[in-house]
Amino acid sequence: MQLNIEVNGKELQVRRDETILSALLRNGIRVPTLCSIKGLSPNGACRICVVEVEGKAGLVPSCSHPVEEGMKIKTHSPRVVKARRTILELLLSNHPDDCLYCERNENCELQDLAVELNIRERRISGKKGKHRLDLSSPGVVRDPAKCILCGRCIRICDEVQGVSTLEFVNRGSRTVVGTAMNRDLNFSSCISCGQCVMVCPTGALHERSNLDDVLDALNNPHQKVVVQYGPSVSVSLAEEFGIKAGKDINGVINAALRKMGFSYIFDTTFGADVAILESAMGLKKRIETNQFLPMFSSCCPAWIKYAEQFKPEILPLISTCKSPQQIMGSIIKSFFAPAEGINPNGIYSVAIMPCVAKKFEAQREEMTQKAISDVDAVITTRELARLIRLYGIDIHSIEPQQPDSPLGMRSSAGKLFGASGGATEGIFRTLHYYITGKEMQQPKIADLRSNGGIKEVEVKIGNKKLTAILVSGMGNLRALLDSVAAGEIKAHFIEVMACPGGCVNGGGQPFGSSEKDVKARTKSIYEIDEVETIKVAHKNPMVTDMYERFLEAPGSDLSKKYLHTRYTKRDVLM
Amino acid sequence: MRSRIESLLENYTHSKRDSLIPILQQIQDDLGYLSEEAVVLVGKHLSMPTSQIYGLATFYNQFRFEPKGKYHVQVCHGTACHVLGAQSILSLLEKMLKIKEGQTSRDGQFSLQVMSCIGACAHAPAIAINGKFYGKLTQERLKEVIEELRQQ
Repeated sequence: MQLNIEVNGKELQVRRDETILSALLRNGIRVPTLCSIKGLSPNGACRICVVEVEGKAGLVPSCSHPVEEGMKIKTHSPRVVKARRTILELLLSNHPDDCLYCERNENCELQDLAVELNIRERRISGKKGKHRLDLSSPGVVRDPAKCILCGRCIRICDEVQGVSTLEFVNRGSRTVVGTAMNRDLNFSSCISCGQCVMVCPTGALHERSNLDDVLDALNNPHQKVVVQYGPSVSVSLAEEFGIKAGKDINGVINAALRKMGFSYIFDTTFGADVAILESAMGLKKRIETNQFLPMFSSCCPAWIKYAEQFKPEILPLISTCKSPQQIMGSIIKSFFAPAEGINPNGIYSVAIMPCVAKKFEAQREEMTQKAISDVDAVITTRELARLIRLYGIDIHSIEPQQPDSPLGMRSSAGKLFGASGGATEGIFRTLHYYITGKEMQQPKIADLRSNGGIKEVEVKIGNKKLTAILVSGMGNLRALLDSVAAGEIKAHFIEVMACPGGCVNGGGQPFGSSEKDVKARTKSIYEIDEVETIKVAHKNPMVTDMYERFLEAPGSDLSKKYLHTRYTKRDVLM
Repeated sequence: MRSRIESLLENYTHSKRDSLIPILQQIQDDLGYLSEEAVVLVGKHLSMPTSQIYGLATFYNQFRFEPKGKYHVQVCHGTACHVLGAQSILSLLEKMLKIKEGQTSRDGQFSLQVMSCIGACAHAPAIAINGKFYGKLTQERLKEVIEELRQQ
């Protein structure tokens, strides 16, 4: 059903059920927005998207106002532009104005709007609230002074992630975005997924940067700095440097890291391959004994924290296998270092991840061996981009290089961990081999390629039919967990990724990427799987070699000691 | 404390979110304030995140999150009191008691609350301490009142 409206003197046909904003955007008419975000309910908080509608007394927020037959809209009349400028000036009236030192400098929606609306002086000076910087969480920093109360973080935490850590607290001019009982983030139900950081238009929410730690280590002549990067980093970093989304710049990353002075450059995908072997072996045993099913995946630290807080009764069902990052960390210090004759104490282990929850994971007390952390510092894809700029490296002209041996070798199965469904696909390829003794005729399991949400897939392995459920975006999980706890789910494997679409859309990825960019990253990962020759983790020769020299076999007592972990109920304010 | 909250919640067995405000009011009537424990228990009872309960409760002036002091001081900030200096009454109280609005002193003696109007406009500026009204206050008179209570 179509409606006719007139925008800036031009006739438009629009859908009956849409808002003015969506009608305008679909027809290529741009209106500035701040609080509005695709996929979330409109809350009309910021009013920057106001338009003039003939016959209506006040200006109308286009993001939350439905279209009506015969509406005559002006999007950039003098009245509208003046109102928008005033709104923005009011939003800026109590802003700290420390853009130069802000995390979001040159990457800030508020700053961009100030440019767009040509705000060049402070006309309105508001009272600045006294706010405390919340540095309690290892992943997410809260800086309420920079908050413009758009409520995006509140909505994504509640509507998409189902975690509901943040809420508007107090009223009127004292309103802030806060947690329950105004406690710090580390006491709250926050799972550190970082999706709030991704949607924050300003620097009010950002990751806890570990760049200084990494720089100190690089400058320390007594330390060997070892680095690993996650499977989805190589297909996401390019966007930070204006290269088209999804371009795989693996080799360039190796070369850049080597130039910066990292002693050894490894690929977390090696760890993912090991995780596949351990998880497939664990799953095989659970299926044989018909115990602890369905098995939940364990690679996403935000999901683990979620389970520990919200559903501790299902913890025994989660695979005990550490995440690829922690497996790499453990192998680097416990196997690689002794083999190279390096004292593990002299190693500083850095992980580059698309994720802020990984910063939390690296600090977990379970993730240590004899008081030495598996991983010493975690930086995000964004922080890597900063590091590259800081060292003056020109990504566009640098020659690609190989990672170091032996932990740089990978199969494309491990690479799939970057996308939702990828871990399951990788694990099932190896599970097929473990159960039937034969390789899959066609390693590609297209059904397991998910675009987010929740998906149930049946995979035939030998004469068995195994059921996998893929979940990404925690909001999709709660009902499923209740059913699992009630014993109503007959699936064998459930893969959970906190971020919608998986790590390609992680909380540590470049700011300002569109849905299309995220899809391009996913596509790129699957293209790598098409062209590479080693498509199953158990055929990664370096993984096999590592087991022969160090851990004996997947699921052995040694691998339990180094590669497996435990989970505990977590008492937080929910 | 826990058992009192739980028995209170038994009156709301089949209640949903729309009962949130009455539940919080009853808990505050009973305990004098909304403790963290109470907010958590109400959250479990109504299947609501605590952040949303806290967000709602802080929206309204009537809810407090610290126990009341032995002397609960309510400062009227209605129009008449405002015109006749309620702000300086509040400032003086905050200075003397070393607490801010909504807080309770460490020794548990005094708590401070700002009210929209306590209905004693003819006696402005007015305060109420444990329900007893003190009107036409001056700085000196207020100091005396507080000192008297401290002596007791």
